[in-house]
Amino acid sequence: MNTKHLISIQILCSHYDIEISFVEALTQMGLIQIEIIEQNQYLHQDQISDLEKIIRLHNELDVNLEGIDIVFNLLEKERELRTELNILKNKLRFYENY
Amino acid sequence: MEFRDYYKILGVPKTATEKEIKTAYRKLARKYHPDLNPGNKESESKFKEINEANEVLSDLENRKKYDKYGKDWKHGEEYEKARRQQQQQQQQQQQYSTDQSSQQDFSKEEYSDFFESMFGGGRSSYNQSHRPKFKGQDYNAELHLDLKDVYTDQTQILTVNGEKIRLTIPAGVENGQVIKIKGKGGLGINGGPDGDLYIKFNISNHTQFKREGNDLYQHVDLDLYTSILGGEIMVDSFSGKVKLQIKPEAKNESKVKLKGKGFPVYKKEGEYGDMIITYHIKTPTNLSEKEKELFKELQKMNAK
Repeated sequence: MNTKHLISIQILCSHYDIEISFVEALTQMGLIQIEIIEQNQYLHQDQISDLEKIIRLHNELDVNLEGIDIVFNLLEKERELRTELNILKNKLRFYENY
Repeated sequence: MEFRDYYKILGVPKTATEKEIKTAYRKLARKYHPDLNPGNKESESKFKEINEANEVLSDLENRKKYDKYGKDWKHGEEYEKARRQQQQQQQQQQQYSTDQSSQQDFSKEEYSDFFESMFGGGRSSYNQSHRPKFKGQDYNAELHLDLKDVYTDQTQILTVNGEKIRLTIPAGVENGQVIKIKGKGGLGINGGPDGDLYIKFNISNHTQFKREGNDLYQHVDLDLYTSILGGEIMVDSFSGKVKLQIKPEAKNESKVKLKGKGFPVYKKEGEYGDMIITYHIKTPTNLSEKEKELFKELQKMNAK
């Protein structure tokens, strides 16, 4: 099985100084998706940014996992609104001086 | 270099207790944390500012020193000492440049000059000491292009961390669009993956065309006679001059569509939007006597 872009959970736990139970809790909350290959747990490297963000919000702002889930949902909504705003701004630019 | 009022930054009085400082800091951190304000430069610098203030005021020794010398830091003995120390330290700067008119614009953790003068540079910063390092830093950059540049695929050579990256920007990219270039950010640490490079496109338009999505719009002046009798004119497009047949009795402000003469559709090779042309009929001026006579004749005919 190809594990090229996958990073073992053990490695992540040691680098980020987090417990395996914390990673399991994140998986249960649906905040990250763990892949299991030959009984080893991995995280795809595309999800590392999310994991780092979760750790920062948790450690630096004391946000619990439910709070982080809410933050992620709101940030996603904000991202969608930003995209929409950009489209509307470009449209507005079209009508200016026309 | 300006004096920084750390009490003001955290919104606490000079007599604030440790607990009050901590509470004020945490409240502001929740408001300005970069993860909660993605892409917001103002929040990012505010966050750095409050971290700096907290680092000074939450540390008893730092706070003492700041209270004693802060206002007169320019003359303080401590300041001189710190300044000498700082001169010995060379700051490493990451370089990022492109061969076109782009802007260097990626985040970097840093302290104000004021802080570094008083407490010395190169200290372990809030972020460095608290944040684990594994995945490389993500870089954000802005690329300024002209509308005519993005009519075709663009190749740009970017230099990131001394490495040259050949970047192909697909034709039809939108103003404000952000693309992610995987693995071209900061280098990963301890075997971690490299960060990503995010490029935002700022597309300015200095052409006669207006763009809306993949369609282009332009006004075309039409003389009265062609508008009445019809004819053939040449109009501009990004792919060169295009022949346009004018049907007789064209109305002012009426629109015609030139299919496929608009802007390329992003990442769909060979697909183009349309060009929408609005006629502006120019009425003749400085008429000769003969012309006036003929117009009068026409007027009479219509009056019947």
